[in-house]
Amino acid sequence: MATINPCSGDLPGTFGDAMPFICDGAVVTAQVTLGGAALAIVLAAVAGLASTSHAWLVRAVARVYMEFFRGASVLVQLFWIFYAMPAITGYRLSPIFAGVLTLGLNLGAYGSEVVRGAIQAVPVPQREAGIALNFSTYQRMRRIILPQAFVAMVPPGTSLLIELLKATSLVSAISVADMTYQANVTVSSIGNQFTIFGIVMVIYFLMAQVITMVMRVVERRAATMVGRETPKRRPPQMAWTDPAPTSAGGGGKS
Amino acid sequence: MNPAESAGPDTQWMIRFDKVVKRYGDLTVLDELDFHVRPRERVTLIGPSGSGKTTILRLLMTLERITSGTIEVGGEYLSHTRRGDKLVPADEKHLRRVRKRIGMVFQQFNLFPNMNVLRNITEAPVRALGRPRAEAEAKARELLDMVGLGEKALEHPTRLSGGQQQRVAIARALAMEPEILLLDEVTSALDPELVAGVQDLLRDIASRGELTILCVTHEMQFAQDISDRVLMFDKGQIVEDGPPEKIFTEPEEQRTRDFLQAILKA
Ligand SMILES: Nc1ncnc2c1ncn2[C@@H]1O[C@H](COP(=O)(O)OP(=O)(O)OP(=O)(O)O)[C@@H](O)[C@H]1O
Ligand SMILES: [Mg+2]
Repeated sequence: MATINPCSGDLPGTFGDAMPFICDGAVVTAQVTLGGAALAIVLAAVAGLASTSHAWLVRAVARVYMEFFRGASVLVQLFWIFYAMPAITGYRLSPIFAGVLTLGLNLGAYGSEVVRGAIQAVPVPQREAGIALNFSTYQRMRRIILPQAFVAMVPPGTSLLIELLKATSLVSAISVADMTYQANVTVSSIGNQFTIFGIVMVIYFLMAQVITMVMRVVERRAATMVGRETPKRRPPQMAWTDPAPTSAGGGGKS
Repeated sequence: MNPAESAGPDTQWMIRFDKVVKRYGDLTVLDELDFHVRPRERVTLIGPSGSGKTTILRLLMTLERITSGTIEVGGEYLSHTRRGDKLVPADEKHLRRVRKRIGMVFQQFNLFPNMNVLRNITEAPVRALGRPRAEAEAKARELLDMVGLGEKALEHPTRLSGGQQQRVAIARALAMEPEILLLDEVTSALDPELVAGVQDLLRDIASRGELTILCVTHEMQFAQDISDRVLMFDKGQIVEDGPPEKIFTEPEEQRTRDFLQAILKA
C-alpha cells in the first residue's frame, strides 16, 4: 500500500478537500505556538526573577506587568495590540507578529508566577549554605537556586504551554491563517462542520500530546539533575492483566 | 604586636564580640554579649535550648543581622566598616572578604542536590575563590580521601547516608580553607550508629590545631575531646567560662550544674 501524504488532497471526500488547508493552518498554529512560547519563557524568567529582587521598584514593575496581562481577556489584548497600537505609535504590526506578541506577553505573565513560586520553594538552608561558602548573590541564584527551582517549574510550565497552544486559535480573529481560521474558511466553502472541526480538534489534541511528551523528557532530565528519580509513568494496570512476574518491582530504589 | 588601640579592631583575638545585641522583634536573644576567642582556640558552646548558641554562629556566618554592637574577626569588623568616626553597615564586597575566613557545617548538612559530591566540594573554590578547576578537584579528592569517601566522588549526595553527607559537608567547608570553623550540632540529625564516624573525623581535624573552632554540641565527651574551653550560655549571657575538665566535673554555677544534670538524664 502506497503511503499517502494526508496533506496532499489525495484523500477521499471531505478529507481530500479540507486537509491541504488544515495542514497549512497547522503549520501557522505551530509557528505561533513556538514563537509565543519562546517569548513567554523569556518574559516569565525575567519577570519571575525580578519579582524576587530586593529592589522594590524592580518587584513593582514585575508585579504590574503580571497583573496587567493576567487581568484582561486575551482576545481584547490581541485586538488592542493589533488595532490600537498602530493608532498610537503609527507602527503597524503584522497579524502573526501581533499574535505572537500578545500570547507571549500573556502567558509570560502567568509563567512569571510559576518561576517566582519555584524560586521561593527552594529551601532557605540552601541559600544559607551558599552564603556560608561565600558565593556571590548572582552565583547563588545561578548555581544553586535556579537549577533546583527549575524542576518545580516544569509541570506547571507544561500546562501553560498547552494553554498557549489552545489560545493560538484566537489569532484567527485578526485574520492570521492558523488552523482554526482555515477550518472556518473551509467550512464556509464546503460545509461539513462536523468532520472538519473534528479533524481540527484531533490535531490540536495531538499537538498538545507532543508538548506533553517533550516536557516529560525535560522534567525527567531536570529531576535526575537534582538527584530525584521521577517515577516513570507506567500505563495503568488493567484489572484483567496478570501481573508480569519478571518485571515486578522495577522502581524499588530507596 | 599591635599596641592596644582604644576603639579599633584588635588582632590578638580571632573572634571578638563587643556588646553584641540580637533581637527578633521583642525577643532579646543576645543582650550585650562580650566574648573573645584566640586564634586556634577551640571553644564549645553549651546551654539550654533557646539560649542563643545557634544565633551566635549565624551572626558570625553573616546569616543574621546584628541588632547592635560589633563583631570582629581576625582584627576586622565583620559587618561594619569605619566611615570617619562612625561605624556603618558594610557592603557585600566587605562581607565576602571577611566571610572567606569562616566556614560552617550545618545540622542538616545542606549539600546541594543539583551537584554530585565532587562538585559540591569544588564549586565554591572555583566560583567564589576563582581557583582553577583542576586544582580544586585535586584538593577535593584529597579531602574526600581524608573523610573516608574517596570512592564516592561522582555519587549523588542524596544517595549517601546522613553520616556520609555530613562528612562531605565537612570536606566542602574545609575546601574553602577557612581560619574559623563553625559547627552547629553537626551530629544531632544523624542516626546513633553514624555519630561516631563524624565525631572521629572532627576530633582528627581539631587535633591538628590549625583552625579556630566554635562548636555547639550536647555531647559532653565530644566537647571535652575537641575543645580547650567551654562557654556555658543562658539567656544570651555567658554563665560560666572555663576548661572542659573543670566545667564538666566541678562547675561553679548552679545553672551549669542544673543544665548538665538535665543533659545526663536525657
Ligand atoms: N528567625 C527567628 N525569628 C524569631 N525568633 C528566632 C529566630 N531564630 C531564633 N529565634 C529565637 O531566638 C532564641 C535563640 O535561638 P537559638 O537558635 O540561637 O537557640 P539555641 O541556643 O541554638 O537553641 P537549641 O539548643 O534549641 O538549638 C530562641 O528563643 C528562638 O526561638
Ligand atoms: Mg541551636
